[in-house]
Amino acid sequence: MDRSLLIHVTVLLGLTALAVTSAPAAEPDSARQKDLIHLVRQDCGSCHGMRLAGGLGPSLLPEKMADWPDDSLVATILHGRPGTAMPGWQRFMDEAEAGWIVARLKQGFPALP
Amino acid sequence: MRALLIAASLALGLSACAGTPALRGTGDLGVVIERAAGRVQVVEHSQRTALGTVEGLGDLSHAHVTFSRDGRYAYVFGRDGGLTKVDLLTRRIDRRIIQAGNSIGGSISQDGRLIVAQNYEPGGIKAFDADTLELLADVPAEYAPGKFSRVVGLADIPGQRFVYALFDANEIRVTDFTDPRKPVTTRYPAGKQPYDGLVTPDGRWFLAGLFGEDGISLLDLWQPEAGSRKVLAGYGRGEEKLPVFKMPHLRGWSMAAGQAWLPAIGRHEVLVADARSWQEVARVPVKGQPVFVMARPDGRQVWVNFAFPDNEWVQVIDTVDKRVVHTFSPGKAVLHMEFTPRGEEVWLSARDSNRVTVVDTATFAVRRELPVDAPSGIFFSARGQRIGF
Repeated sequence: MDRSLLIHVTVLLGLTALAVTSAPAAEPDSARQKDLIHLVRQDCGSCHGMRLAGGLGPSLLPEKMADWPDDSLVATILHGRPGTAMPGWQRFMDEAEAGWIVARLKQGFPALP
Repeated sequence: MRALLIAASLALGLSACAGTPALRGTGDLGVVIERAAGRVQVVEHSQRTALGTVEGLGDLSHAHVTFSRDGRYAYVFGRDGGLTKVDLLTRRIDRRIIQAGNSIGGSISQDGRLIVAQNYEPGGIKAFDADTLELLADVPAEYAPGKFSRVVGLADIPGQRFVYALFDANEIRVTDFTDPRKPVTTRYPAGKQPYDGLVTPDGRWFLAGLFGEDGISLLDLWQPEAGSRKVLAGYGRGEEKLPVFKMPHLRGWSMAAGQAWLPAIGRHEVLVADARSWQEVARVPVKGQPVFVMARPDGRQVWVNFAFPDNEWVQVIDTVDKRVVHTFSPGKAVLHMEFTPRGEEVWLSARDSNRVTVVDTATFAVRRELPVDAPSGIFFSARGQRIGF
């Protein structure tokens, strides 16, 4: 492998890691936030309940979310959980948006607009 | 003075009359769930109108309704464990209890005297007096010491019995409430992760749809001692499943033309099985993951709605040709549909369009649109006369 390419890749990886750990991901704009709130309450609500208190899927209330690290919750939202009924939602949101949802769940999720 | 007195008593008499409902039957009544508002609309399908609303029913996400056999009362099961007996004529709450922490529905016994709720938390079923909602029996779905399963697919069957499946325990259970305070439960093994169930309109066959594997667990309730067996096994042919963004729902409406019409899981198909041999006879490709696969009462058509993100669509399958003959969108997020008892019209709820649309099933023409706040389930009182509803 070309050495300069290797360095390039390493630097890039480093930058990505930095971006993930230090810089807060850009917040979705307010229109997108509304869409995400609707999606979580209504469509995640099919299994987790509109009040997110649980159903076929577990409760997503703050006291239940507190024990889970953010990155594992983001991964669950994006990729699902094999062996359970939880599908991956990556077709419908990116990592930053999933992160925004996780942060809101931990605070107490906003009501429908 | 005397004239005044007479006038006053007449007025009192009139106002007393205004408090009692107009004389009418209940065979054409129903309720539409306004899921976010914790409210139901009472509707009637002869004139396609809303008669009024009843509030204060709690968390109605995944609400279910069963009816008294006289057609007067709707028993509304809320996600939060609320069980509310709603008087369709006065449009008032007759009784209301909180019977569990997390519930998904219930059903009424053959003799109309028991209401049985199916619960996720605590996992199990509970029987209540249909008049008073007094708790008569608690039947936990314990499958290992201290472990309780979420209950799905509860259906009433003849003989004061109820059949249901355990999502967490891969089991079918039948509980006999002949003596309501001393229920007797029999257990049968089922396939992996039953997600819902249905009983055929004659009360003979219980089908548990499986999420954890391709197939249906089948129990012959006329010969339960023979045990359950698996049918339509391996319908996925080993192919990778598509994601399921909403779990399908099963009920006795799946039976049409001597066949069972069932949603595939993780495949955009409706599976058709012969209702004697239970062998697959066809599969019909559809637009998305089917949620409700509902036969028109005469069985000539099967109507299908879909999980997110294809939930604006509805498709109609002709059961003779076994192909889709009509595709349309009655609004955004179509959550449910309900046929009039003889099937000339169907009511469809579109949650994100805040309306219910009434469609002629012969011409597919829209007959009426009713404004409803985020509607989900639509339930007509004719369910009260059917086994398994």
